[in-house]
Amino acid sequence: MNLRLTPEQESFRDEVRAWLGRNMPRGWSARLAASSDIPRPEAYDLLRDWQRKLHAAGFIGLTWPKEYGGRGLTFVEEMVLAEEMALAKAPPVLNILGVGMAGPTIIAYGTEDQKKRYPPKILSADEIWCQGYSEPNAGSDLASLQTRAVRDGDYYVINGQKVWTSLAHVADWMMLLARTDPDVPRHKGITYFLLDMHLPGVTVKPLRQLTGDAEFNEVFFDNVRVHESQVLGGVNNGWAVGLTTLMYERLALGFGLQVRLRIALAGLIEMARRMESAGRAVTRDPVMRQKIAQLWIDTECLKLTGARAITRLLKGELPGPEASAGKMGWVDTHQRLQELAMEIQGPYAQLMTGSERAVEGGLWQHTFLRSRANSIEGGTTEIQRNIIGERVLGLPKG
Amino acid sequence: MDFGFSEEQELLRATARKFFENECPSPFVRKMMEAAEGTTPEFWGKLAEQGWLGLIFPEAYGGVGLGFVDLVVLMEEMGRVVMPGPYFSTVLLGGLTLLEAGSEAQKKQWLPKIAAGETRATLALTEPNVRWDAAGVTATAAAAGGGFTLSGAKLFVPDAHVADLLIVAARSGSGAGGAGGTGSDDGVSLFLVPRGSPGVEVTLLPTMDQTRKLCEVKLVGVRVPAGALLGDLGQGWPALGRVLERATVALCAEMCGGAQRVLEMTTEYAKIRVAFGKPIGAYQAVKHRAADMLVEVENAKSITYYAAWEVDENAPEAALAVSMAKAYVSDAYRRVAGAGIQLHGGIGFTWEHDLHLYFKRAKSSEFTFGDATHHRERVAQLINL
Repeated sequence: MNLRLTPEQESFRDEVRAWLGRNMPRGWSARLAASSDIPRPEAYDLLRDWQRKLHAAGFIGLTWPKEYGGRGLTFVEEMVLAEEMALAKAPPVLNILGVGMAGPTIIAYGTEDQKKRYPPKILSADEIWCQGYSEPNAGSDLASLQTRAVRDGDYYVINGQKVWTSLAHVADWMMLLARTDPDVPRHKGITYFLLDMHLPGVTVKPLRQLTGDAEFNEVFFDNVRVHESQVLGGVNNGWAVGLTTLMYERLALGFGLQVRLRIALAGLIEMARRMESAGRAVTRDPVMRQKIAQLWIDTECLKLTGARAITRLLKGELPGPEASAGKMGWVDTHQRLQELAMEIQGPYAQLMTGSERAVEGGLWQHTFLRSRANSIEGGTTEIQRNIIGERVLGLPKG
Repeated sequence: MDFGFSEEQELLRATARKFFENECPSPFVRKMMEAAEGTTPEFWGKLAEQGWLGLIFPEAYGGVGLGFVDLVVLMEEMGRVVMPGPYFSTVLLGGLTLLEAGSEAQKKQWLPKIAAGETRATLALTEPNVRWDAAGVTATAAAAGGGFTLSGAKLFVPDAHVADLLIVAARSGSGAGGAGGTGSDDGVSLFLVPRGSPGVEVTLLPTMDQTRKLCEVKLVGVRVPAGALLGDLGQGWPALGRVLERATVALCAEMCGGAQRVLEMTTEYAKIRVAFGKPIGAYQAVKHRAADMLVEVENAKSITYYAAWEVDENAPEAALAVSMAKAYVSDAYRRVAGAGIQLHGGIGFTWEHDLHLYFKRAKSSEFTFGDATHHRERVAQLINL
């Protein structure tokens, strides 16, 4: 056990810190105190610019191979970067699904042409990605998806519908799972496509969420013709490729989520210092001190359990139980954090953006409401528990 | 960065697991629960042979010279079998206090004997006021006839009834002739007191966790010579603070080992116990609770390993790391042990099944060195809340 960084990693950290000191977008520090989630519509331009700056400086795609636009570094540098981003309260990037999921999956399964073509533009934010998995009748039970891809010469013709598709309205590409063979057991007839969202027949209809924002969408496919070169990882092999994406989601995206969680916690503590309850600062209330300290501890546990998973990866082992615990732990901690933010505000928690009396401009109200999605998106908490129970603990399937 | 164990440490784990499976199975643990001594000379001798009684003592004092991360591995294995006996009190309380506060001569005199299994020691720190800070020390040490006279009552002293040597914390004044205050860190001194000294009255208490014996120790005008003083007069607290931090990490590791074992027992049972025609582990009500147990066990290990590393490095964050660990692990072990009983159903509530040993150990460990609430408040202070 050695939790110290090597001299090279130390100097990487110094490099990141110095760069962040010079390049943080103005005015974002205060707004991000409350924000801990994926981009809101009014920030898309800013977040795209921010990602471009990060890319130009070489601070994105650290673990991706150099020939595909990355830096060929390890998850340790990725963790160092995440730590510094949290300390600096840096904004998230716009192409979060491309960087966290599409890129690593293409690098893992793509042909040489695909690996040269897509990952660099994911990192530079020139092409934004969304994830076409869920359908109206296939959520947690993803393998029951019905979107069809029928072979026609060198093309596949896609018909069907996806739903809850975050960022589809700004996306250039989609990671699409579609059924290519309906006559085999359902896990075996699915293919993973890299789908151009600008093709004829693709229609995106925004869905308004309970937050009031329209950050996710329905996507309809009406005889969309996709060239066979857009298949990733082989025909009818989509289930394995899709699961790889989800594994990366839990690993790489996990770093980003941790950063946002720690920024949110720092913001919550600052708010608690300013807010009063029964005539004293919230931070002087023994019960609130307990709750805040517990969040601090849980946030550290997430980071440390993640660090153990990285150690396993670096030693060439597969991610063990630590990785599976990550998403569930994050969801639980973040939802409690957002609940506590409301509790700290007391009756003021009712006031939304637009009221001068709203605390911190009403930003926490938005993040609180948004946090309800955390235990649903990217695999519900119930599905995560099934995965841990069955694949980690070896309990029988129901 | 390497947040894992070395090959040597994995070897220590394998050795310890095999040793405890052979030497400390459930029937032995249960026999020791009934026995006041809590261990046997044979078992104690074997611990000494393995080098485990001196694992963290420098070689100059008869020890093996390993660090806290190594100790974590051993403690996890001890926790796995709910090992009874005065190991914790002798090595982590008595021994460690000697190492942290003792003079060269005192260390040379006692540590080799502890490592060899010849001397058992403990720390008489807490009192009926049950505080874990310096202000909790109200027993007094009055200078008398070139030595000291000790008076007061100590409570929750582990294994005092079988300890050859008690290390007693008492208020002595600062050494500069002052009265030594009543609540400050200044003025606490440590004294080596043989258990048989006149005026030392030890009472073994009936406790919920029978694998860990606790005593009340009354000190009625106990006279000790000047040489009994451990460290400088009135300056005992800083050393005690370090001992408590280290012992807390060791306890957390032991708790992690117990929690891991409960998770394994429960998972194994859920695979074989059939209800409504299926193994109960196939039902989500059971599966999901088992998954929650796993998350808590893994986090408990992560924060404990981190605290062990910080303590080993004498890092400035050690105090925060230790309190985070004790807060998290106290809750986690209690909840995991409780869930283990629940998922076993009626058999889990029997005396015959071992689950209650873990459940009770979780409870006693929870209150040793401060419970989760105590440590969360410490965390709040340390993060400047």
